[in-house]
Amino acid sequence: MHEMALALNVIDIAAEAARAHAAARVLRVRLRIGALAAVEPEALRFCFAAAARGTPVEDAALEIARTDGRAWCAGCGRTVVIGSRAAPCPECGAAQLLVTGGEDLAVQDLEVA
Amino acid sequence: MCATCGCGDAPDAHDDEHEHSHVLPDGTVLRHRHAHESGPSRLIAVERDILAKNDHIAAYNRGFLAARGTLCLNLVASPGAGKTTLLERTLADLRGEVPLAVIEGDQQTDLDAARIRATGVPAVQVNTGKGCHLDAAMVRRALARLDPPERGVLLIENVGNLVCPAGFDLGEAAKVVLASVTEGEDKPLKYPDMFAASTVMLVSKADLLPHLDFDVTALVANARRVNPGIEVFVLSARTGEGMAAWYGWLRARLAQAAEPVV
Repeated sequence: MHEMALALNVIDIAAEAARAHAAARVLRVRLRIGALAAVEPEALRFCFAAAARGTPVEDAALEIARTDGRAWCAGCGRTVVIGSRAAPCPECGAAQLLVTGGEDLAVQDLEVA
Repeated sequence: MCATCGCGDAPDAHDDEHEHSHVLPDGTVLRHRHAHESGPSRLIAVERDILAKNDHIAAYNRGFLAARGTLCLNLVASPGAGKTTLLERTLADLRGEVPLAVIEGDQQTDLDAARIRATGVPAVQVNTGKGCHLDAAMVRRALARLDPPERGVLLIENVGNLVCPAGFDLGEAAKVVLASVTEGEDKPLKYPDMFAASTVMLVSKADLLPHLDFDVTALVANARRVNPGIEVFVLSARTGEGMAAWYGWLRARLAQAAEPVV
């Protein structure tokens, strides 16, 4: 359950940005999480709601924008979309893929009041 | 109450915005329009990595270790794969040759640090409580207590867990993942992130192979499927079989780490 550690980091980052912009309350937090970032969005939502209590981030909506897992296939030379690191190339079936994207784990922006 | 002007209207009394008036003490009447609710919201661009704080501390640890020429390895595996036994054997065999130190991570107890200290090597135990992984800040505190040797090897035994430690950089030179032959050949496919993050895979408990139907070739093929460049050593800490190749890799990496930084 490293989602709790991630949730605490998200809350820290959001509260710090809100403070820096003299905002009293965070209404919405938008994250960007790649398909290969090893994060379970539902577990992250649960931890976020629980850990935000008593902070300026309490009751903020959590929006999670997902990005596709991308890899370069050594078999066919194409850049393909994959759902897991263990997945074979969807084009040619080769197993040797080099991950090139979809590992994002970022706080994109906030809506504050 | 409206948070914008303090009037008594309920925020939900109006759909969007409305006009109303205030009478000042001197009789002046002010009319204005505004939206109810708690005032206009603003969008703040943040664009910050969620693990930025951990990565920052990990970079500090990495610099601290580089300045000492210390090779730091992060040992990861599921519980029971043989991390502590591998450590004990490695420490016993290299003790006279290389300065060594260990950071032991577990949720509870200092049993593992006690096992390590019994070999004569300094060890610090880090208890994560309910935490499922070590993070860079825990290692930074442990480094301050441990004072790791210059031009030596610091081995960090992470919490037994094939999931969470994959995402947390501790400042190590490399992650070394153990997969024992009493587990399944499909471990790298079930836990691809850990095998993708590791530089080396040690296939442990190889002395048990004659008693099992375990297919080492299939395990290695699965590991290379998620990490084509992963280096593999098949070994047994109990019999010593295959340990020499692992020590060879360690010595080569230590020689790189101990080169003076110009």
